[in-house]
Amino acid sequence: MIDRHLRHVSRLGKHPSRFRLAGTPVITVMIGSLASALPLIAQSPVMPPFGLLLLLSWRLLRPELWRAWIGLPLGLFDDMVSGQPIGSAMFLWTVTLLMIDAVEHRMVWRSYRQDWLIAAIAIIFCIATGLFFARITGGGEVRLLLVAPQMLWTILLFPFVVRQCARIDRWRVMA
Amino acid sequence: MARPPSLRPGINRRAQYSLFFGYVVAVGGAAAALLLVVVAIFDPTGFAGLRTATAELTRPLSSGLRNMVSGVSSVDEVLASYWRAGSQNVALRRQVEADRNRIIEAKAIAQENARLKKLLRLVDADQSSLLTARLISSSSSSARRFARLNAGRWQSVRPGMPVRAAEGLIGRVHSTTPNTAEVLLLTDTGNIVPVRRANDSVPAISTGAGDGSVEIRALSAGRNPFKPGDLLVTSGIGGIYQPNIPVAVVVRVQGEIAWGFPLANPSRVDAVVVERPFEDVVTRPDPAAEALPPEDAASSSTAAP
Repeated sequence: MIDRHLRHVSRLGKHPSRFRLAGTPVITVMIGSLASALPLIAQSPVMPPFGLLLLLSWRLLRPELWRAWIGLPLGLFDDMVSGQPIGSAMFLWTVTLLMIDAVEHRMVWRSYRQDWLIAAIAIIFCIATGLFFARITGGGEVRLLLVAPQMLWTILLFPFVVRQCARIDRWRVMA
Repeated sequence: MARPPSLRPGINRRAQYSLFFGYVVAVGGAAAALLLVVVAIFDPTGFAGLRTATAELTRPLSSGLRNMVSGVSSVDEVLASYWRAGSQNVALRRQVEADRNRIIEAKAIAQENARLKKLLRLVDADQSSLLTARLISSSSSSARRFARLNAGRWQSVRPGMPVRAAEGLIGRVHSTTPNTAEVLLLTDTGNIVPVRRANDSVPAISTGAGDGSVEIRALSAGRNPFKPGDLLVTSGIGGIYQPNIPVAVVVRVQGEIAWGFPLANPSRVDAVVVERPFEDVVTRPDPAAEALPPEDAASSSTAAP
């Protein structure tokens, strides 16, 4: 079956609204953060951080979309719903975006695999440091092994999420 | 794919400044965020007020979804119970036979107890429970174990109040917003509960392990007194939890540490009870001051679903 998006013919002189262009990525990341509002009473950190996954997907898919400071408001929102201490995702997401910027300067050739590698490193960094923040802000003795499964399937989930992002992105830029 | 051109503003001064300014904001903001985390080390609930808006906004969503899924969440349990159903059935039937006699004995003892209490003119007015509410969501992606309760400050829930279910202890209230409260679950690595062994009162400390189990350390010196199957209840030390709330059952002993599983599973319990801190219940000064809180509790328990 032919993808119906391929048959789409944009009308001349028509552009998607500014809100759709700028707002869609922000809203998807916020919805990703809101995954923790699902009525699931987890006994261990099982849910992948969807907010972070979507942020990385958008950043790697569309490098020109955001400046690094977007990590501050989006991270603040994630902190408000995730149960991590306030400031944790704000710091980690912004630093991650800055690091991706720095890496992008160095790397000349990049493909999908490099993107996945960058995302994997970013995910490990964010979850491990988030664990450290949870530990120093009254979390007691949290072992790194506790979040290892979460790290693993967050990394494995990245290709799927990036494809969904691409799908949303195609809708976003089409008038 | 070659490197994306986005980060080269070219010779356009304005674009260069805007890029530079973007980095300044990002680095400054990240430093400020780190400062917030540092503040949270000393005052973990300090900025919890910021969560009020999101907690209140997501509450209807979570509680609505919760009503829908409460039946679905125990599907795995139903499936698992088919495993060795026959032999289990026989064993359970024998257990019921054995328990029946015990229940009759217990009823007799309860009656006798009530009679003796009357003789002593000891009125056991249990005013510890404040209201009944539901757990609607949790911090499922964080390493901390918080659950959100569908009742808050307006229903007179206060930080520090113990939360329990019929099966056992769930945790205690960590912070509140007008209509929701964050409950620090028993299995959180920061939640320390003083417990004792139910049959001989060996004192111990239970700390969450973060993965659904709890770590139990005996307070007595010498070798570990616990063995698998031991039942632990709250001891009432510390003044937060009522004594004799069931906490956990020991499943494994490893050197100095015993590992236990909580008796109440927060994802399975239908409703939880918020109680007043034990200290407040015991040291309540006079009956005149008592008149207000029970009334207020009654009104709020009807208001909370």
